[in-house]
Amino acid sequence: MSFLLTATAALPALGAIATAAVPAAKRNAAKWLALIVSLATLVLAAIVLVRFDPGGDRYQLTESHAWIKDFGVRYELGVDGIAVALIALTALLIPFIILAGWHDADPLETGNKRWRPTQGFFALILAVEAMVIISFEATDVFLFYIFFEAMLIPMYFLIGGFGDRAHEHGEEAASTQRSYAAVKFLLYNLAGGLIMLAAVIGFYVVAGHFSLQTIAENGVPEMATSTERWLFLGFFFAFAVKAPLWPLHTWLPNAMQESTAPVAVLITAVVDKVGTFAMLRFCLQLFPEASKWATPAILVLALISIIYGALLAVGQRDMKRLVAYASISHFGFIIMGIFAMTSQGQSGATLYMVNHGISTAALMLVAGFLISRRGSRLIADYGGVQKVAPVLAGTFLIGGLATLSLPGLAPFVSEFLVLVGTFARYPVIGIIATLGIVLAALYTLVLYQRTMTGPVKAEVEGMPDLRVRELVVVAPLVVLLIFLGVYPKPVTDIVNPAVKQTLSDVQKQDPKPEVEAAK
Amino acid sequence: MENLIALLVAAPLLGAAVLLCGGRRLDAVGHWLGTALAAASFVIGVVLFADMAGKDAEHREIGQHLFSWIPVEGFQADVAFQLDQLSMTFVLLITGVGSLIHVYSIGYMEHDERRRRFFGYLNLFLAAMLLLVLADNYLLLYVGWEGVGLASYLLIGFWQHKPSAATAAKKAFLVNRVGDMGLSIAIMLMFTTFGTFAFGPVLESTGETSEGMLTAIGLMLLLAACGKSAQVPLQSWLGDAMEGPTPVSALIHAATMVTAGVYLIVRSGEIFNAAPDAQLAVTVVGAVTLLFGAIVGCAKDDIKKALAGSTMSQIGYMILAAGLGPIGYVFAIMHLVTHGFFKAGLFLGAGSVMHGMNDEVDMRKYGGLRKYMPVTFVTFGLGYLAIIGFPGLSGFFSKDKIIEAAFAKGGTEGWILGGVALLGAAITAFYMTRVMLMTFFGEERWQPAPDPDKAPSVEPGIEVHPGEMPHPHESPKVMTIPMIVLAVGSVFGGAFFSIGDRFIHWLEPVTDHAHGHPPISALAVTMSTVAVMVIGVGLAWLQYGRRPVPVVAPRGSLLTRAARRDLLQDDFNHVVLVRGGEHLTRSLVYVDHTLVDGVVNGTAATMGGLSGRLRRIQNGYARSYAVSMFGGAAILIAATLLMRAV
Repeated sequence: MSFLLTATAALPALGAIATAAVPAAKRNAAKWLALIVSLATLVLAAIVLVRFDPGGDRYQLTESHAWIKDFGVRYELGVDGIAVALIALTALLIPFIILAGWHDADPLETGNKRWRPTQGFFALILAVEAMVIISFEATDVFLFYIFFEAMLIPMYFLIGGFGDRAHEHGEEAASTQRSYAAVKFLLYNLAGGLIMLAAVIGFYVVAGHFSLQTIAENGVPEMATSTERWLFLGFFFAFAVKAPLWPLHTWLPNAMQESTAPVAVLITAVVDKVGTFAMLRFCLQLFPEASKWATPAILVLALISIIYGALLAVGQRDMKRLVAYASISHFGFIIMGIFAMTSQGQSGATLYMVNHGISTAALMLVAGFLISRRGSRLIADYGGVQKVAPVLAGTFLIGGLATLSLPGLAPFVSEFLVLVGTFARYPVIGIIATLGIVLAALYTLVLYQRTMTGPVKAEVEGMPDLRVRELVVVAPLVVLLIFLGVYPKPVTDIVNPAVKQTLSDVQKQDPKPEVEAAK
Repeated sequence: MENLIALLVAAPLLGAAVLLCGGRRLDAVGHWLGTALAAASFVIGVVLFADMAGKDAEHREIGQHLFSWIPVEGFQADVAFQLDQLSMTFVLLITGVGSLIHVYSIGYMEHDERRRRFFGYLNLFLAAMLLLVLADNYLLLYVGWEGVGLASYLLIGFWQHKPSAATAAKKAFLVNRVGDMGLSIAIMLMFTTFGTFAFGPVLESTGETSEGMLTAIGLMLLLAACGKSAQVPLQSWLGDAMEGPTPVSALIHAATMVTAGVYLIVRSGEIFNAAPDAQLAVTVVGAVTLLFGAIVGCAKDDIKKALAGSTMSQIGYMILAAGLGPIGYVFAIMHLVTHGFFKAGLFLGAGSVMHGMNDEVDMRKYGGLRKYMPVTFVTFGLGYLAIIGFPGLSGFFSKDKIIEAAFAKGGTEGWILGGVALLGAAITAFYMTRVMLMTFFGEERWQPAPDPDKAPSVEPGIEVHPGEMPHPHESPKVMTIPMIVLAVGSVFGGAFFSIGDRFIHWLEPVTDHAHGHPPISALAVTMSTVAVMVIGVGLAWLQYGRRPVPVVAPRGSLLTRAARRDLLQDDFNHVVLVRGGEHLTRSLVYVDHTLVDGVVNGTAATMGGLSGRLRRIQNGYARSYAVSMFGGAAILIAATLLMRAV
């Protein structure tokens, strides 16, 4: 038994406490501490990645301790390929998020109306990281539930407490809107969580334990069809709020709009992934029959998310809201891939989670750099930026091209896998979803055109190009987008066996091609 | 030899990477580096060609497997190349014409401060285009397909500060994305039908599936081809794409990228051969576009847009030929190659004219330039004779064969397609003579240079002094030499390919070839082709040669006015797609804000009083946030404790 998984989650948790304890006068020390802790966590995640054997057992690096004996709750950790990939993504993105948000929590120069606890900002980010990582690791349903819910608390403070500085209607209005967004985020997710809690208890009543590892050995507990369906819906509802799936998505644009760009990335690229991950791990594995029963409805909702999210992105005037709706469209793809129940669909969906994290981070963080220069989120306030800040414009374009899934960049691989995997079983849905690639090009290129091209606006003149710190954030993301677009094998190799397992859980086989072509 | 294939792509790709990431240090040498790497790719192409030509016809195909790209259960996508005679033809065309245009651009872009970046984009284009024609499967082809689209987007919008250029670039990308939907769906259909999308296995197994499936795949490939090759109904982007620098128009929007649709259809010949309905659709698209482009070309006063209409029309010929099956494939590609010479030459000539005329593009403000720019005049003139099919020149051989093959399709269809192709030849002669006469002959209708601030359509980068009369002059050698080389190709290419049926023998092992039997003799077809050409030239001379050309365009007939507006297709797009889309998205934004948000909040209200709380928050009661927060946390903690207690 190793303690590697515990350590990977505990390190950022301890780091969070330590960062919070740094005295207020030593703001910079807190930042550096948080950055170093996040980098050390990345090292641990890399060790997990190396120690994980794709060809080995389903759950590896397992840890198991009794926790609440009376209730069968265990502290049980273990990772499969999907979890490893997502832990790596999380550990990878957090240092960039911290670095990008380096000045986001500095005290306001003027007015000093609100106290901005710099250490708190970075401590909260580390706390979220710890809870997200342990959610990916938990193989005990209850343990997962605790952290799935607990991460709402630091997220709530991050959204509500730290927004963009400038605001068109003044700090007062900004503060109100921020609080609204934060509470909406919290209540939506709590509502989902409460329903899930009922289902978690229900599951215990039926199964008598919470352990996925036990299920992997002994199979799914027997339960009546209707029970299974109700429990499935309880779990799925919570995950669909978090992912988010249409029509439960409306908290996301508010939350992403009001938080600073790094926190917006934390929400959409990291925290929301717990929702789609949990669909794969819990819904499909615990309730295989109900999952199949619900598939048609979920696919339709996912399809609506894809088209609806993209159309709404086209209509946005605020660039952060635009990215939020684009993400809703992308989450539609991920959920569609999961429930298409084909190897290509689910491998694609897992890959999509990773790639979407990287591409959204690239686009959103550069958007954040842009916003911090001009003090406005409104697309119409920009124009001609590429003339004054070509590197910023170039990286923004690459982030945008990744968002529209340009072949050669990572998201293309996953999006095409999801489409082909869906099409193989549900041709009509697959074809309609293909419309998403046209709409994605529309919202991305319109955003780029309006902000970066055309005559240089007076307010944009003299805007500095990317600084060294900002380049350090963006350049590795761009390199990764290109690398994983050309050579996704390192990720697919880890993910494929886990997908195969999941498909055998739901007893689904890939549709055979009509003609066995001569290879 | 196989290992050289990847180098073909790698050389320009390296150039793109170095030039785009290199920073200002490379400004002084960037254009030389870009040109050298393009030329290196051409040299590798020639070496591979020499090797291929030395083998006997059946053993010329070679391949190179680099690595497994997307390894997922049941899904095999590789980064692997295939070099056969068809790919080889494209490789030589792309790298050959590409290198010439790199050289030309050294002069053309001399005064542009972002010249290094321009060469980076050109190199990126070459790499993507080579990937497109060298891929051994449809998914990798897709990467090249979108790669050239990206390069095209970047180059059309190269002068991004001009709103018209940025809009044109976006439009090109978007229209192409509609075509890409077709390519995506075609690949998905192949995957579900054959379990693979590699050329070899798919094209060998076409006999084992239904005609309906092949028709569906064929139509989707056609949709893709329509986007990339600017065929009706996805042609609207090409005219606007002329916003890009002229060398780009020559290389990407005339000689190479826009012909990718023809490549796609010819490459997928086995699919179309077994799907007559799809083939018919291909010929119809080709025939309609060849007339559409020609009519538009007659009405444009902007020299580049007239040439763009012509490009559309000439690709229409190629698509038409490709739809005819084995009697047409070879001629589609042959016309593609000869067109690559003469149209690239014509565009470079147009660029040279603009260079000497303060960047004026309106032909009504040219006139009498032959005396001032003799080299441009002669090379442009030879390109002109080639495109109208003057006997003995390139276009004569390749276009005549397509018209002959169209008649040979047989039945009523054959007569209609042949008739359209003949009519198109007449209109081609008309509009090209119009361009020639308005530019190089007649009186000098030059106008003083406009104020660049007031007329943003002026190409930046070249020094223009407002109010100054143009001083037409011949362009420097670095620009004229590529024009001369292309003129040589325009003159002799067709004859070289046709003597002893060289081109047919070269491509036959890949594309298959059947000899068509037109209902009228081949000689009669040739005679009529020449006759309609003479008529077209004559009519143009009556209107633009005998009479003076007015500097301000006359109002014109209804058809002329429609043709000036690209036969109203943009107006249709604007009203239906742009306006309709705006209304749709705006109403959706409203619906999302009120209805979806409202309903979800409302539903939740009935379950937990969520809505009431939310409304209060909106009203700004600060204390209620805290209450909500504590409420949430309390529930959470209580639940946990409860579990422990049970």
